[in-house]
Amino acid sequence: MSLLPKITTIVLTGAMLAACGGTTKNDTKTETSASASSAAAAANPNAPLKEGLKIAFLPKQINNPYFTIADKGGSDAASAFKGVSKEVGPSDASASSQVSYINTLTQQKQDAIVISANDANAVVPALKTARAAGIKVVTYDSDSAPDGRDLFINQASPEDLGRTEVQVLAKQLGNKGKIAVLSATPNATNQNTWIDFMKDELKKPEYKDMQLVKVAYGNDDDQKSFTETQGLIKSYPDLKGIISPTTVGIAAAARYLSGSSSKGKVALTGLGTPNQMRKFVKDGTVKEFELWSPADLGYLAAYAAAALVSGQITGKEGEKFSAGKLGDKSVGKDGVVLLGPPTVFNAENIDKFNF
Amino acid sequence: MMDLKNRLVSWEGALLVLLLGAWLVASASVEGFASTSNISFLLLDVSEIALMAIPLTLVVITGEIDLSIASTLGLTSAVIGKLWNAGLSIESIFVIALVVGAACGLVNGLLVTRLGLSSLAVTIGTLALYRGLAYITLGDQAVADFPSNYTGWSTGSIGPIPHPILLAAVLAALVGVILHATPLGRSVFALGYNEEAAYFAGIRVKRIKLGLFVASGMFASLAGIVYTLRYSSARADNGTGLELAVVAAVLLGGVSFFGGRGTLPGVLTGVLVFGVLRNALILADVSNEVLNFVTGLLLISSVLAPNLARFVRNSQFRRSSPPRMEGTLS
Repeated sequence: MSLLPKITTIVLTGAMLAACGGTTKNDTKTETSASASSAAAAANPNAPLKEGLKIAFLPKQINNPYFTIADKGGSDAASAFKGVSKEVGPSDASASSQVSYINTLTQQKQDAIVISANDANAVVPALKTARAAGIKVVTYDSDSAPDGRDLFINQASPEDLGRTEVQVLAKQLGNKGKIAVLSATPNATNQNTWIDFMKDELKKPEYKDMQLVKVAYGNDDDQKSFTETQGLIKSYPDLKGIISPTTVGIAAAARYLSGSSSKGKVALTGLGTPNQMRKFVKDGTVKEFELWSPADLGYLAAYAAAALVSGQITGKEGEKFSAGKLGDKSVGKDGVVLLGPPTVFNAENIDKFNF
Repeated sequence: MMDLKNRLVSWEGALLVLLLGAWLVASASVEGFASTSNISFLLLDVSEIALMAIPLTLVVITGEIDLSIASTLGLTSAVIGKLWNAGLSIESIFVIALVVGAACGLVNGLLVTRLGLSSLAVTIGTLALYRGLAYITLGDQAVADFPSNYTGWSTGSIGPIPHPILLAAVLAALVGVILHATPLGRSVFALGYNEEAAYFAGIRVKRIKLGLFVASGMFASLAGIVYTLRYSSARADNGTGLELAVVAAVLLGGVSFFGGRGTLPGVLTGVLVFGVLRNALILADVSNEVLNFVTGLLLISSVLAPNLARFVRNSQFRRSSPPRMEGTLS
């Protein structure tokens, strides 16, 4: 054992020495984020879309129904402008699992990568390498840090989404009672933004009798979301409503509620796909929920990627491009392209949708 | 001893042939595989696995196992994030991170050597415990604003060889010399082969094991530092499930799960085989499910193959060869 104390002493001395100097958080604040390749080439709005473009979709995880639909929309768009698309990705939604896929796509010399970032920062170094190799990067669904991509296709304004979900639930509850949020992963960029807007909406005087008691995380895993819902109901017996702003979460929560004694007593809303939720809307577990069209999201992302590669746009604010059946779209502040307002689904209209 | 040497040579030889074969097939059939930048990606991707496999090789040779390494990596990452947010300098955080890793290893080692508990049970427990601590430390945050000179280093390379892999190579060389060319290394094999005999031969069994667990923790925290920097993201869930890949590489590298046998070069070859297969399959657009299937298959066959080989040999030479000391190299 005589070695251990010695090592400890050496190590601690080292720590103290190091603590005297070195780089701290405050030093890096002055570091400007390495300026991403500022688009040198000017946009030519009249440039035709190139044919045979290779576009790769890299969703948060594969075999997630939401992304399957979105990426199908993307491949429809790609065939419309005679491009080639494919979907690759990890089977778990952890922070770094996408990085090796980005590197691989860079290696394959794709023309564009369309990615939904699991972690806004972890993917950035790899995306920068891709961009340095001349690949255009479009984020969809969940953005990366801005210096990792050319454009972000935003499914809906986060503010609209966060606030309307509170409004939809409040309407069902008569503006009264304890509510909880069942989210995806703790670092999911978009979910966290929406939740911030939900909290802000709840500060309004008309919601003074509503109280957000807990934000639970189901990690976009069906089983985990199911048990988290169970946990919420157990921990808060007087819980009146749950908002689940993730398609995996809301389906798992609905499945739990529809088979429990809380069915009809705990209101559930959030983001879901009509096919997942049809059964639960019909059996009364869920009254209303929202979603944009994921297929349109993928479709728009593919067109945006093609417009970038073809030189129609460079990602600057105010540029316009044609997105096939969705009409003309324009690039907003910080390279964000907005898809449009979400659709509210209920018993009356749900049968009109099949995705 | 001669046939043993041949056998060891042949296992690692076979592995090397497998590696070269996979490499050649991938170069020929997968576009972009053989490019310098892809080799760089491939090596960078296995750097944490390589770092953690180095001490685990020795741990497994002594007949123990450490399954808590990926959780130690995660805890280290969480601690780095927490302290960075608190305003400490990154250099002192690195040192503290290594101390955290050493402490994790020390806990494992003390429970195993002083209380005589099974390392499998202990480290399954600390696998959950350290990951839990990681979440307690950093919660659901992600810390990302690390200094770019360090994050740049972690993704940078000299020629096609990424810095983290160079670090792993230097450490592997050091540990390799200790394991294969010093009395201490010989003791590691001896106590893995027959702990009691080793004890009576004057080998300080408990102290060596304790030291190896501490080393395992420190290497895991070093892997945690590398991981955090190269993804520039400190999170509690970093490296979840990575212990499987490390154990798989160690077993594939020809280390006996029952102790007493194995070589570090074999393990490093095992790490590379995994890296090449994964990289080539992803590059060839093979889906992730198939990838996991292949990993599992490799793990099982790497445990099965040596046993099968031994079974065949034993049935052939049962009467002709005397019992021999397995595990030593000469």
